[in-house]
Parts: sequence; C-alpha cells; structure tokens
Amino acid sequence: MNALSAAAGRRRSLDRLMTVLCFGGVLVALVPLVSVLAYVALQGASALNWDFFTQLPNPVGVPGGGMANAIAGSLTLILLASCIGLPVGILGGVYLAEMGNGPLGWWIRFTADVLNGVPSIVIGVFVYALIVVPMKRFSALAGGAALGIMMTPLVMRTTEELVRLVPNTLREASLALGIPWWVTTLRITLRTATVGVITGVMLAVARIGGETAPLLFTAFNNQYWQTRLDQPIASLTVQLYNYAVAPYDDWHRQAWAAALVLMTITLVLNITARVVGGARTAARR
Amino acid sequence: MGTEDVARTPSTTATMWSKAFFGPTEAVIPAEEAAVDRIRAKDVHAHFGKTHAVRGVSMNIKNNRITAIIGPSGCGKSTLLRCLNRMHELVPGARVEGQVLLDEDDIYAPGVDPVMVRRRIGMVFQRPNPFPTMSIYDNVAAGLRLNGVRGRSTLDEVVEQSLRQAALWDEVKDQMGKSGASLSGGQQQRLCIARALAVKPEVLLMDEPASALDPVSTLKIEELAKTLRDTLTIVLVTHNMQQAARASDNTAFMLNGELVEYGPTAELFTRPRDKRTEDYITGRFG
Repeated sequence: MNALSAAAGRRRSLDRLMTVLCFGGVLVALVPLVSVLAYVALQGASALNWDFFTQLPNPVGVPGGGMANAIAGSLTLILLASCIGLPVGILGGVYLAEMGNGPLGWWIRFTADVLNGVPSIVIGVFVYALIVVPMKRFSALAGGAALGIMMTPLVMRTTEELVRLVPNTLREASLALGIPWWVTTLRITLRTATVGVITGVMLAVARIGGETAPLLFTAFNNQYWQTRLDQPIASLTVQLYNYAVAPYDDWHRQAWAAALVLMTITLVLNITARVVGGARTAARR
Repeated sequence: MGTEDVARTPSTTATMWSKAFFGPTEAVIPAEEAAVDRIRAKDVHAHFGKTHAVRGVSMNIKNNRITAIIGPSGCGKSTLLRCLNRMHELVPGARVEGQVLLDEDDIYAPGVDPVMVRRRIGMVFQRPNPFPTMSIYDNVAAGLRLNGVRGRSTLDEVVEQSLRQAALWDEVKDQMGKSGASLSGGQQQRLCIARALAVKPEVLLMDEPASALDPVSTLKIEELAKTLRDTLTIVLVTHNMQQAARASDNTAFMLNGELVEYGPTAELFTRPRDKRTEDYITGRFG
C-alpha cells in the first residue's frame, strides 16, 4: 500500500515536472517570435506613412520619399513567379498524386524535395547564369524565374498531398458515370482539393515574397518605376536590404517600415491560409 | 441490424426461411423465359496482384430484372460486379480474363473504350459518395455536364426526371442549391442513384447500396430498385440475404470466387440445389 502510494507520488511529481518543462519550452520558443514581431512593429510603425506607399525613393540626403516602386515590383515578381510556379506546381502535383507511383514519379518527387532544400542564393546564381548572362542585363523576368523555381516544388508537394487526400470513392463515382479520366482528375479530384491547394499557394507566395537572395543578381534593384519586364526592377526585400546597410538614419527608418509591410503581408497570407484551411477541415467533419 | 441476427438463429430447413423472407404478400416472380439476357459473363477471372478473387464465373443477367449476388465477405461478389463495367481494372495490379458481353458486344474486346462501357453500365457504391463541392443539382447534372452537355433546359429536365426516378425529388426540389453532403445518408444514396440515372445507363450495378443505411432507408432503396426494374437491368450485390430475397428476381450465390448456384430467387431460397447454398442461407456459416 505504502509502496503503491509512493509510486503514485513519484508519478505525480514527474508529471508536474514534465508539464513545467514543456510549458517552459513553449515560452522559450515564443520569446524570439514575439520580440521580433513587437520590435519590427514598434520601429516600423513610426516610419510608416502614406508617402511610403505612394512616393518613389528620394535621392540621398533628401528626407522623405517612399517605396511605391518596390511594392509594385514585389507584386510583379510574385506574379511572374506564379506564372511558372502555379501551372507547373499544380499540374506536377496532380501527376505525382494520380500516377506518380512509378520511377518517374519517384525522381520528380526526389528532385522537388532537393530543390526545396537548395539555398535560395544558389537558385539566384543559377538564374544569373541561365538568363541574366545571355540577356546581358538584370531583369524582372530573371527575378520572376528565380522565385518561380523556388515556388514550383513548394506548390507541387502541397498539391500532391492534398490531391492524395481526396477519397478514392469520388474518383470512382465520377469514372462510373462514364466521365473520362482526365476530366475526372481536373473537374472532380482537383476541384475537391482546391481549397487546400489555394492554402498551399498562399503559403508558397508568402515564402517567396520574403526572399532577397535570389533577387540580388537577377532582378537587381531600381530607384524608379519600371514597366518593362526586361529591365531591372525594385523589390521590397532588396530595397530593405540596401536601405538597412546604408549609413543614413532616414533610410534605416524606411527599412524598418519596409520590414513591417513585408511582415504584415506574410502574416496576413499565413493567417488567411490557416483560416481557409481550418474551414475546410471543419466542413469535412 | 436485427435482420442479421435472425438469420443466424439455428434452423433446420430452408423452407422455413423462405416463408419468413417472402411472407404472403410477396409479388409473383416474373416468368423467366420471357426475359432476354442482357449481360453474359463467360468464364470471368479477376485477379488483384496474386489474389485470384473471381474464379471462372459464367452467368447470364436478364434484362429488366434485379439480379442479386450474395455470399460471405471476401467471396468475390463485389469484384465480379466491378468486372461488369470495367471498374475492376482501376485498382493497381488488377487483371481480368474472360468475356463479358453486353448484348452482343464484348466489353473487354480490344479497342473498346472503358469510358463508353461505363456510360452504358452505371454504378452505385457501398457508401454514398456525392461530390462534396457540388450542389444537389450539380451532383445530378455532373455526368452530363462533364461529358459536355450544355443547355439549361435539357439539364433541368434530366435532373428533375432523375430525382423523381430516385424518389428524391419531393424532398429536395426546394433546396437544389444546397450541398449534396448536407443530406442524410439515405438521401445521399438516392442522390447517387439519381446521379447514376441521369446519364441514362442501360444497366445499373449496385454494390451493397444499403449497407451503410438504416432499415427505413434500406427499404426505400429496395423499393426504388423495384420501380427502376421496368426501365433498367439491375445487378445488386448484398451481404444481406433478406435483401436479396425481398428485392431480387434472380439470385447468384458465390463462395471463394466461384459461382455456386444461380437461379430464380424463390427457388434458390426454398429449394437450393447445392448443399453449400443451403448451409449459407440457413445461416450455418457466413
């Protein structure tokens, strides 16, 4: 009896100790996250104003100005990247899920996983050699290609996972109606997975939207508006980098503002993706 | 379900059971000579990888009749059914040998498109599987739309007709825009039947269509099958012997991938010719 209650006591104290340790672990993990968020918000908010979104950068020494061209540039680059990443990623993901069980599927999956792990600056170098050198200039196209190459495996693997989740009974139901295989795949299988795929795409966009390294020697940067895609283009991330390393206080403040805008976009995309994804799981239950 | 337990109670003769199954009100079995053979399976073998699931089944399925296939779990009855509209081959590693003639055409002949076969031979599955992203209307219209049929009035007409045939129209006519998944299980299954009917198949294969449903919904599905018999040929796989007895005209009993006995339902349940059939329908195994 005594031995039993002693064992029970030990278990209780061990249980309490582990709970405290886990809780402590969570706190330690949260500290950097919260401090980054708070610090960027604090520094950025004071520098953020309407001009930031509407004005071009001012020359050195002239206070004020904004990053309107960089915001537009980032959007252009993301759009260009999506032109590569979405079709290749989504169709590739569907291929992997629906008929990727052979050796070809294995290789595609392997390549995508490796590509996912490649440092983004390496992709930048690759695109530099592939596009920038032959074109003899930095360009939005090159930047978009670099981001697109990063985006493709991300979208492909999430699409694959989500298409695999579609119950086989739906494919069978469709095929049994005499609907051809490819129509079934696109209109039933992929359609059923759409909400999840959109979530995956948003996360991928959030990821590439925050990339600097692959843009440094592909899209380069630009202090002015640029409408031609074969010319260097500004982006929030590269502009942030340039401003942050420059020796001017005014630029530092603008860099903080850019950081806040970037962070907000990423957060909004992530949270929206989670809400949309959460609604999907709730609907399934 | 309670009926299952009844089947397991010890009993001596098959005749006793036939009375319990049919009761005095059961309709007269139609004269079999009058019916034409719609599907003729000849020496059909089906494999899953190394598993030999269907072993040389030959049977003729009568036009405008309900043919039930019964047998214990794993006897190959669902596999046989899926061989009849070329659904079996969709499973990786699956293989079919033998001939299946629909009227005079071998559906396994080289050059035959399985898609065209499945348009003529529809299927209803064990679990209701409406398309979750589609409304009730879109579910029923799916087979036509995804095969390229346009035109609102044609679709409206077919959708209403199919839902009426599936005895679901009155329950859903005011909520056609609602998700198919919002219906009850029994309604979902009737929605799936309506969806299958919308492409106007000549044969409807039903793979244990009521096994996931409550007794009331089950009876509705059986009644529905009986009304559809006038325009369709139905093959009904069931593990529920009472269902076969209640709802079918002819019954096939399968065991270990082989067709043991096949004949008019009343005869098979009252005077089984094979000892194994008798053992099964009297509940000695299975």
